[in-house]
Amino acid sequence: MMLREHTETPGHPAPAAGGGHGQLDYMGALFVFMLATFIGVMVIQRVSRLLHTPLMSLTNAISAIAVVGALIVSAGKDYPGYITALGLVAIFCSTTNIVSGFLITDRMLKMFKKREGVAK
Amino acid sequence: MSAETLVQLLYLVSTALFILSLRWMSDPETARKGVFSGVAAMILAVAGTLAGVMATGGTHYWWILGAFALGAAIGYPLAQVPLTAVPQRTALSHAFGGLAAGLVGTAKFFLYYGQRNEAALTTFIVVALVAEILLGFLTFTGSLLAAGKLQEVKWIPQRPVTYPGQNLTNLALFGVALTLGVALVLHPLAPWAPWAFGGVILLSLAFGVLLIIPIGGADMPTVISILNSYAGLSAVAMGFVLNNKLLITAGALDGSSGLILSIIMCKAMNRSFFNVLFGAFGQAQTSAAGGEQKAYKSDTVESAAQVMEQASLVVIVPGYGMAVAQAQHKVRELYDLLKKRGVTVKFAIHPVAGRMPGHMNVLLAEAEIPYTDLVEMDEINGDLPQADVALIIGANDVVNPAARADKTSPIYGMPIIDADKAKTVYAIKRSKNPGFAGIDNELYFLDKTFMLFGDAKSVVGELARKLAGDNSGH
Repeated sequence: MMLREHTETPGHPAPAAGGGHGQLDYMGALFVFMLATFIGVMVIQRVSRLLHTPLMSLTNAISAIAVVGALIVSAGKDYPGYITALGLVAIFCSTTNIVSGFLITDRMLKMFKKREGVAK
Repeated sequence: MSAETLVQLLYLVSTALFILSLRWMSDPETARKGVFSGVAAMILAVAGTLAGVMATGGTHYWWILGAFALGAAIGYPLAQVPLTAVPQRTALSHAFGGLAAGLVGTAKFFLYYGQRNEAALTTFIVVALVAEILLGFLTFTGSLLAAGKLQEVKWIPQRPVTYPGQNLTNLALFGVALTLGVALVLHPLAPWAPWAFGGVILLSLAFGVLLIIPIGGADMPTVISILNSYAGLSAVAMGFVLNNKLLITAGALDGSSGLILSIIMCKAMNRSFFNVLFGAFGQAQTSAAGGEQKAYKSDTVESAAQVMEQASLVVIVPGYGMAVAQAQHKVRELYDLLKKRGVTVKFAIHPVAGRMPGHMNVLLAEAEIPYTDLVEMDEINGDLPQADVALIIGANDVVNPAARADKTSPIYGMPIIDADKAKTVYAIKRSKNPGFAGIDNELYFLDKTFMLFGDAKSVVGELARKLAGDNSGH
């Protein structure tokens, strides 16, 4: 049946057939989330307060990881046009953040100097 | 090696690089390495995803390339804004992040719904979808509004907008959204499901606006941090929907970063999350406004320059006023001239000074002031009793002694920079109006305090000129 085929389309791991197995997968995802949050909290706590503005623009760029989801949605074959369009707009938004986030972070970080520059 | 294994391996390396990227931000010395690591991680993530998509027969590559190109074309100029505009750029980029997550969530729901895909729309997935669009669209409008407030767009009210029953209205709307969400989880394929889904989207968009309008400029650092966290969490929810561990990890890193920053900001204002979001500040402000008029002592720039010249330690306390006046380069001139005379100059940085976390540090670093002279509040407070001069440039609430003593003050309990303990205090202030919180600052009425009224940039410039002029006179 047509509908079944769609679940096997690119980038979308077909949901596990048995409900039990699927649940296990979700538990795995929750574990990853929990562990990543702890790592995040511990790493971020060590970030110098001097750098909180660049930190925020860097995490801005990192949260543009949504581009992964946007790509999967946009590239799907035989998806209705409006789905592709939503995905493409999401790619545009994420790319904006990736480019501007990393560039401005680097621009700011270049300014942090330990000693005084040569006096003008 | 199957394509799927390759994709997962690339994701694995990408995740490690994202963690390292944040790890390297712990020190200004290694921070730039963090950016490169982040870029590498992002490239691997995109490459991995493309590899996966290609292996399973993707399409629309030219359109995708176009979207990338357009995003880069808009992103590049957004990275070139002046550093005083960084808070609004950050808010704008949270808006983009939220929108991306919201759109992907919407696309996924309608895709599965259109396919009548019962197997995909499990309870877990629908919960994650609802969370994704709620957080995504709320972040979108909330951040847009915050960016507008920060940019001081004319038709957006700067002052907090409050009305009776505000929290009740929000709560009721949240209840409606929650009900729709639960209904969706129970019956994702019902004929009315798209309408319910659309309802959640509209309510989320409205929430973003309703949550931000009552928030004033002084709370912006906290609000930006919270929105940062939401943008990350919406990526996590997307990861749950797509069963993608890279999305979950990167989103969680972003979410926890926003969380930590919000906690630091809240602590620095002695307020709770709840208090910031459902703010009592708006109400407190009106009750505090009725104080009697006290007299300021103002002083000339000449005598201020003389006093500073004689000092051995000058502590400069910058605030939002310095950013507004773009005075950081003039401050740097003053810093140089004082240093040349053997005066030790330190900057006292309050965590919530400015409109976003770390705002002052970036502005002063831009003016090439070495970061070793930018001192955190807790460290500098021990030195302030030895300071001969505390020079306050456009800061107000963060040096208000009422926070220590006056239990009726809305800022009571907020940790402050002890500028009042310095031997002499000079405060540069644009006008005689109270600060953003709308409260009088006792510091300005102390015997040792002298006001220098005027635009921060021109007053600091004049101070520097006087100091330089003395030099050439010899």
